[in-house]
Amino acid sequence: MSTPLSSPGSAQQAPGRGPVRTGSPRTSRTARNHAPITAAGLAAKVILLGLVAGIAIWAAFPLVEAEKWVGLAVLMLTTAALFYLYLGRRHVPAKYLIPGTLFLIAFQVVPVLYTASTAFTNFGDGHRGSKDDAIVAIQSSSVKQVPGSTQYPLSVATKGDPATGALVFLITKPGTDTVSVGDAGGLRPLDPGAATVGPGGKVTAADGYTVLNFGQASARSKDITDLVVPTAGGALRSSGLSRAYEGKAVRAYDAGCDCVKDSDSGKTWTADGEVGAFVAADGERLAQGWKVNVGLSNFTRVLTDERISGPFLGTLIWNFAFAIGSTGGTFILGMLIALALHSPRMRGTNLYRMLLILPYAMPSFAMLLVWRDMFNTDFGLINNLFGLSVDWFGQDWSARAAVILVQLWLGYPYMFLVATGALQAIPRELTEATSVDGASRWQSFRAVTLPLLLVALSPLLISSFAFNFNNFNAIYLTTEGAPFPADNPSNGATDLLITYTYRLAFGGQAAQFGFAAAISLFIFAIVAVVSAVSFRRTRQQEEVYA
Amino acid sequence: MRIRTAGVVALFALALAASGCGGDSDEPAAKDTPKAAGGKLVIWADDKRTAALKPFAEKFGQENGVSVEVQAVPNEDLQNNFVTVSSQGGGPDVVIGAHDWIGNLVQNGAIDPVQLSDEQKAAFNETAVKAVTFNGQLYGVPYAQENLALIRNTELAPEAPKTIEDLVATGKQLKAQKKVTETLCLQVGQKGDAYHIYPLYSSAGGYLFGTTANGDYDPKDLGVGKPESIAAFKKIAALGEKGEGVLKRSIADTNSTATFTGKKCAFLVSGPWATADVKKAGIKYDVSAVPGFAGGKAAAPFVGVQSFYVAAKGKNKALAQEFVANYVTKPDLAVALYQADPRPPALTAALDQVKSSDPDLAKFIEAGRNGQVLPAIPAMAAIWDPFGKAEAAVIGGADPTSTVTAAGKTIAGSIK
Repeated sequence: MSTPLSSPGSAQQAPGRGPVRTGSPRTSRTARNHAPITAAGLAAKVILLGLVAGIAIWAAFPLVEAEKWVGLAVLMLTTAALFYLYLGRRHVPAKYLIPGTLFLIAFQVVPVLYTASTAFTNFGDGHRGSKDDAIVAIQSSSVKQVPGSTQYPLSVATKGDPATGALVFLITKPGTDTVSVGDAGGLRPLDPGAATVGPGGKVTAADGYTVLNFGQASARSKDITDLVVPTAGGALRSSGLSRAYEGKAVRAYDAGCDCVKDSDSGKTWTADGEVGAFVAADGERLAQGWKVNVGLSNFTRVLTDERISGPFLGTLIWNFAFAIGSTGGTFILGMLIALALHSPRMRGTNLYRMLLILPYAMPSFAMLLVWRDMFNTDFGLINNLFGLSVDWFGQDWSARAAVILVQLWLGYPYMFLVATGALQAIPRELTEATSVDGASRWQSFRAVTLPLLLVALSPLLISSFAFNFNNFNAIYLTTEGAPFPADNPSNGATDLLITYTYRLAFGGQAAQFGFAAAISLFIFAIVAVVSAVSFRRTRQQEEVYA
Repeated sequence: MRIRTAGVVALFALALAASGCGGDSDEPAAKDTPKAAGGKLVIWADDKRTAALKPFAEKFGQENGVSVEVQAVPNEDLQNNFVTVSSQGGGPDVVIGAHDWIGNLVQNGAIDPVQLSDEQKAAFNETAVKAVTFNGQLYGVPYAQENLALIRNTELAPEAPKTIEDLVATGKQLKAQKKVTETLCLQVGQKGDAYHIYPLYSSAGGYLFGTTANGDYDPKDLGVGKPESIAAFKKIAALGEKGEGVLKRSIADTNSTATFTGKKCAFLVSGPWATADVKKAGIKYDVSAVPGFAGGKAAAPFVGVQSFYVAAKGKNKALAQEFVANYVTKPDLAVALYQADPRPPALTAALDQVKSSDPDLAKFIEAGRNGQVLPAIPAMAAIWDPFGKAEAAVIGGADPTSTVTAAGKTIAGSIK
């Protein structure tokens, strides 16, 4: 958003205001070369660049560990460029521009690109990780206890060093002193008397083995989880550090057919790279899927799904009405109050100003919830105060009026503040001149004050419009989109595009980030077009009044 | 030039120091305590349970020579954060949460099954074990269960109503005597509330999902939109704003309990979590089962279970399994968690310990005797919103047939 926002600023400076700022570049550079190096400047430089180096080194280790070489290259190049830039004396403009540009890239460009790239995938619940992750999850969640098998007290032991030696399981047959030792080769009985069995059945010591205590064992957690002792019925696995059970992985992945086979039912699920899931012949899918590229299907779904395209136009119109209504309403109210307080005949303006900005000082999050309760039909303040029984959030128009009213209350102090500031910047001579010329107060306001106000406030109005266009909280914390038509629970009368799509993407069976990203790109396009058009018009206006 | 060189040298020294600080900090700390050399167990729980868990986690750590860290994560973010960090390959070793998360956690490969012996399973309430069983596997160790019940103000309504009709009659009488302003505090709100209306819906013959042969919920057999559900919603509509005026959208989660404690209604449908407020308000109350419609089925509240899970991507899975399967199954911890948050323990032994000092517990369990386990299948997430809205619309006077049919279509459309 900040890229278009900066354009009116540069436009303002464009005609005829430049020379004072730029000065003569050559003289300034020579002056800089001779500028003394101050201790404070050097210290600041050292500390800041030290921080940069520190952050770079701190960030490098995880990147190396994860073998993300592209990321590492970007990191090193950026750091090197920063050092080159700030250790040298040249490229003075870049020294001012680079920090802002870096933050712009990190916090604006990268998220937008990430959203855009997500829009082409099926990323969401059930499709978060890679195919390998899904296979591991399928296999490990299919390990079942062999029916009728017993659980054994378990001790983990090794013949070598507790921290590195190959591990074995020492298991005791319940109720006896018979101890067996198990490793990847299988289970072998231990000589009677070679092991000491504790009261719970756990082996506490064994000849030739070091029994690991919990601390030592837990340090080797992964080795213990991975140790599988084959038996006739399945395999012995650990359940924690003190019990072993005989279990069998019912489902296994077969790379040959790229499928998962269930050894109990004989069913197979074949990998489908297009949907990112293992699908059986009868259409049944395994829940654990993986993330795949789905091309444009998220976008086509937005355009072709009747649940979305059907109510889309109505929602879009209301969305514009809401954004224009909230922005325009707050602007008009804020400006009127600012004008009233700007009058030189007004007394006690400071007190009024303080009272007027109170709504702005309260957290809007909490205020929205308070307003929601005030609109309650039977217990709400508004109905009780005025003796009404209006079902505010139950009818289309009363609900819409209610949310705009709430926005008006929340938003006018801001407009009041900025309008006050802009009014004070308009020279009084101008309005005085109009009155000398015989203009009425209304004419002078129409012809001088308002246009000058708008020149100053247009960028704020546009950004306020863009904000209200996507004002999720204003709807979600009050009506939640209600009222809904009885036959369509997915689109309500006060739904904005953003709340509506939130419900579509996250309200169903699972969160669908890819789909949500596609919709937000659509919304982004709408807001960008509206902003671009308005900025263009503002610029024309500025050229007239500047 | 000399200043520049000095500056560069100083800078690199600083950089190394800065990066060194970051890298070193956890190692010496771990070596200082020899007990912690073994490994670390990270547990995620919500704020209340974190406080209750801490002493036990520390005890477990000391007994076993490991360090245990309990991290508080707000309940509403817990599941989402866990799934997100888990898909990045990190996160905690143990997580505590509601059993209806299981479907989503399993489809994201975030949790592993827990292997309990038959004796261990037998120590738990049967419903609780059923709740944490998903696709024939046990995915969590339950510690508490909860369900809705009817809480009534015994000064206003001394007798527990046997049917909804009894309740309405009593409420009307009280209203006529100006003792109350509402008949029943059952939260609905503008969006409806599927969880709270379910006892009435089930009593009127409706169901959400059918069951497969092995007793699991079957997402393919959706009950919403079927004739039974329409009939059920017709009965609910009769109690709504255009009917008896017993169910109202103006009663919502925010004011339902407050209206009851303000003595504006004699009956409240809520769970064990509401009793603290009711006690604080000094109201004489009793707990009984949510009544059903006369001649209908018994009202079945949803039974939810709070449970411990072993994270699939945890760094210390063996220790996590040890903690969840062999330590959490002891009654002491369940009692401590009950004291932090008064929900009936799932361990029978723990329930017996606390039952005598808290008579409500047994009443809540009794009220949940006809209950149904809250479905944990991922398809359940598609139910809440459309079902609730259909409920709100019907209570507001919309036509039950078209409303419920549309809700059924919406739900079926978002189930994969």
